Amino acid sequence: MQFDWSVIWASVPNLLDGTMMTVKITFWGLAGGFVLGALAGVARAYGPRLLSGIAQVYIAVIRGTPIVVQVMFIYFALPLMMPGLRVDALWAAIATLIINSGAYIAEIVRGSLLSVHKGLKEAGQAMGLPFHKILVHIIGPVAFRRMIPPLGNQCIISLKDSSLFIVIGVAELTRQGQEIMASNFRAVEIWSAVAIIYLILTGALALALRLVEKRMRIL
Amino acid sequence: MSMVEFRNVTKRFGESTVLDGISLNIDAGEVVVVVGPSGSGKSTFLRCINVLETIEGGDLLVDGQSVKGPPAQVRAIRREAGMVFQQFNLFPQMTALENVMFGPVHTRGASRQEARAQAQALLGKVGLAERMRHYPSELSGGQQQRVAIARALAIKPKLMLFDEPTSALDPELRHEVLKVMRDLAEEGMTMVVVTHEMEFARKVGSRLIFIDAGKVAHDGPPTELLSNPPSQRLRDFLQHVA
Repeated sequence: MQFDWSVIWASVPNLLDGTMMTVKITFWGLAGGFVLGALAGVARAYGPRLLSGIAQVYIAVIRGTPIVVQVMFIYFALPLMMPGLRVDALWAAIATLIINSGAYIAEIVRGSLLSVHKGLKEAGQAMGLPFHKILVHIIGPVAFRRMIPPLGNQCIISLKDSSLFIVIGVAELTRQGQEIMASNFRAVEIWSAVAIIYLILTGALALALRLVEKRMRIL
Repeated sequence: MSMVEFRNVTKRFGESTVLDGISLNIDAGEVVVVVGPSGSGKSTFLRCINVLETIEGGDLLVDGQSVKGPPAQVRAIRREAGMVFQQFNLFPQMTALENVMFGPVHTRGASRQEARAQAQALLGKVGLAERMRHYPSELSGGQQQRVAIARALAIKPKLMLFDEPTSALDPELRHEVLKVMRDLAEEGMTMVVVTHEMEFARKVGSRLIFIDAGKVAHDGPPTELLSNPPSQRLRDFLQHVA
């Protein structure tokens, strides 16, 4: 067969639209996931039994079910369970990524917090600091540096997981590729282009993380 | 009024009793050296004073306030009792200067300029004026421990607690830490020091407490107890640490 570059040039506008959508879903999904994961991780590490228990159930449910099932549930099942609730595909995608990445990030946060030597906590206590200040000023900054490599991993996984949202029809990159291919049947060109765009996105993420890691020594 | 008052203090870890009905007073200006075999409860004794350990029985007053009080009272006690740890426990993400500034800014509400000036003075006092921009990982153990002492002094405590401050140090680095502690004692700081440094106990200590199996076995002037141990237990112990 012949690799036809003109097919790719013709699809660039649509692929770029899809790329923007993928970036948007991933960005907001991870931004929300960081907040949710930080809260759940802190609750798991230090929270009272009830909060820690809620966080534990959340993590178990999300880690124990596939992301495709999660997004289908939010997009198709939730509106049936709560009449009057309208779920837009983009919002379903972002919400799913928030909830999904949040569960994994919670475990990263918990692990990093608990890995900080307890002597640092005691040094803070011995100065008469309340626990929230110890967490924010002493344990948090040390733990955050240790979170960077696994968080980077999670960012890349979540970016690629957003391709599974093809099942609810949200016009992200993989969906765009699928639609272009359905009209011109040029599978080799289109899927090569899609793969390369993903590689560029994940490569940029990896590079950004390496820069952050260089600036913040892991302690 | 006593600075520290143990009133029949009992501390348990599960089934085992670590401190068994300890009663004693420590007055302002005393330099109390606490010794005892490993597992005797001497570190726990120290950690109960600033409530890093809670007590099960009796009462313990620091500067007149009970360690069994509400959290705000516990934090007030901790601000009066500076702590120096065996493993230094410096904050690794902060320079020496930032470590020393941290307490005043966050517990006493000092301004950053005020805290910086004070931290520079304290680091000068422990002989580290040249190294204050360094991170803990760039300092030797002896230097780290001196930063830790400056950090504890920065919150202006009435009392300093030392938990085996030289045990993690190479022999040649111990003297620089002991020198700082000795200067502090000469300035009249009230100190409680858990240590195996008998030389320090003899020369700097004003009082020696020998803890054995959770009880105060001996309590008296260091020179007397060390040159003339009143019990076989203490004699054996001294032979092992010497």
